[in-house]
Amino acid sequence: MNIIVEAIITGILTGGVYALMSSGLTLIFGVMEIINIAIGALVILGGYLSYVLQQYLHLDLFVGLLITMPAMFLLGLAIEWAFIRPLKRDRVMFSILVTFAIALIIEGVLSQIFGTNYVQLHAWYVTASVDIGGFYLAYIYIFGFLLSVVLLTGLYLLLYHTKLGQSVRASMQNRTAAALIGIDVERVSLITFGIGVALTAAGGMAFGATNSFNPDSAYDLISRLLVIIILGGMGSLRGALIASLFMLVVEDVTAVVWSPVWSSTVFFILLVVVLLVRPQGIFGQLEGRKQ
Amino acid sequence: MRLLKIAGLLILLAFAIAFPLLFPNPAITTVAVFTLMFAAAATAWNIFSGYTGYIALGHAVFFGTGAYTLAIMCQDWHIPAGYAPFYLLPLVGLVAAIIAIPLGIIALRTRRHTFIVITIAFFFIFQLMAYNLRGLTNGSAGIELPIPTWSGDFYNDPFYYVTLAVLLLALVVSWWVRNSKYGLGLLAIRDDEDRALGLGVKTGPSKLTAFVISAFFVGILGGVYAYFIEVGIYPAVVFDPLYDIAIALMSFMGGIGTLSGPIIGALILEPTQQYFTLAYGENGWYLVVYGAMFLVIILLLPRGIVPTISERWARWQASRRNTPEEVVVAVASGSAVAASQETQPMVERNEGAKEVNL
Repeated sequence: MNIIVEAIITGILTGGVYALMSSGLTLIFGVMEIINIAIGALVILGGYLSYVLQQYLHLDLFVGLLITMPAMFLLGLAIEWAFIRPLKRDRVMFSILVTFAIALIIEGVLSQIFGTNYVQLHAWYVTASVDIGGFYLAYIYIFGFLLSVVLLTGLYLLLYHTKLGQSVRASMQNRTAAALIGIDVERVSLITFGIGVALTAAGGMAFGATNSFNPDSAYDLISRLLVIIILGGMGSLRGALIASLFMLVVEDVTAVVWSPVWSSTVFFILLVVVLLVRPQGIFGQLEGRKQ
Repeated sequence: MRLLKIAGLLILLAFAIAFPLLFPNPAITTVAVFTLMFAAAATAWNIFSGYTGYIALGHAVFFGTGAYTLAIMCQDWHIPAGYAPFYLLPLVGLVAAIIAIPLGIIALRTRRHTFIVITIAFFFIFQLMAYNLRGLTNGSAGIELPIPTWSGDFYNDPFYYVTLAVLLLALVVSWWVRNSKYGLGLLAIRDDEDRALGLGVKTGPSKLTAFVISAFFVGILGGVYAYFIEVGIYPAVVFDPLYDIAIALMSFMGGIGTLSGPIIGALILEPTQQYFTLAYGENGWYLVVYGAMFLVIILLLPRGIVPTISERWARWQASRRNTPEEVVVAVASGSAVAASQETQPMVERNEGAKEVNL
């Protein structure tokens, strides 16, 4: 019984980090109607940036975020401006292809620079652990979860208590109508994309501290994040949060009660089962013909 | 004009058949075999995704299933090396097609981006199963296939002709679909699925049939590939996410939904890729070049080579035939067509050219 409680706790804590990464993805989809496949590679890039800052400048991982998050924000702006904005027709499909290409380029550059050996971020809180009612948990799980809570709260305040946030939510509800009432939808898209990518820097740090990774890890990540946002309902932030926690708990519990080998498979099979019942995801709206 | 076209196709076919005799160098025929494999796979992918507009990014599921099916059959039935594995290929395709039925039924309940993501999820489920079902697939240790008994300069030739045959068959099916009432239904689904359903197209069975047909061919190609590469098959090699994207990219480059587009895309991309792999090895730069090529194609030629060229050709023809004023009208209506396409997804890409002619 104890191990199940332990699995649930780790699941919730890692789920928080996944919520951080998937909220960027689903936010971008909600505003721009594009799927950013590159998010997996961007998370890994964020992890490597933290790795470089730590190895060569000996910066603390959390302090390093003050550099990596703005840097990734700028990278996000550049990607949106150069590659996403020119897409006019059939944005969903073309965005998948374009961002897949960007992911390949990032993966290529990373494997050229860092090779394919696995690395992991180091800090005292990665190795030290805390006693929680009988089992030990590395501090990084708790710190990573707190980081996610802080950033997601920040995102919430930004979306619901600022003028920019109002524009973002208006664009999510109806892009055309938002443009008609004078919102600069292109600018909102640009900033949203930047925010989504900046969040991956933080997600990458937390991911890199709890897992060893190499440039190839991006595939595993993106498939999980896609499952999460589809399950939650595309474009629904609330759905992404709940789906992240739910999926990671299910995965960790499967790993202890059945086998770690099959935990990822359960993850994907759950998606199929849910979509058989609700093709639009848990919090999504039915997609049909565009009115 | 029609005669000219048939003669041209016959010359192309003769060239394709004579190719290993003209260029017996094994390095060249190896590239040729891979190119044909991708041309056939892209053609098969196009039968489903190109005509219905449902972009599937999980066809490596069928490729890997085909590869493992042939490997397991050879292992369990003690198939001798030689031509015998080739005779099993239809059976291999059938297994892939049967697997495609439940996958199709599940995935085709959804549309657009959800469909794409589900096909990606299926891909990862199958890759994980290839790693984890050790009793069946031998896990990450992979399965050895019998090594073909022929060798030397002749080694590639049987593979070349088998793959060419698969390509021609896929092409004939694709042509038939494009020109049949059934294919018209698929195109209607691509343009507006709900309206197609309202007009009496049996959208569900139509989509599923196309999905299964394309899985059949891709499965066969997986079998050919498994026998061809000699070194045995591994989960990461035959269930490769790059395969999913490669055949989609080739079809996009040539022109999705056209007959010749996927082949032209494969003829350009696969030799380029093989060249880079040979020249620089499978390192990071190869991925960078591949990704960059991909970006350039999509941003510069979003509609693909074949539709772009056929539209230019049609405009040029129109400008020769018509008086100057009509040219202006024709070009203007052409741009109106282009503009109207922005509002409707995937509609009449290649028909746009014909409208300019009117």
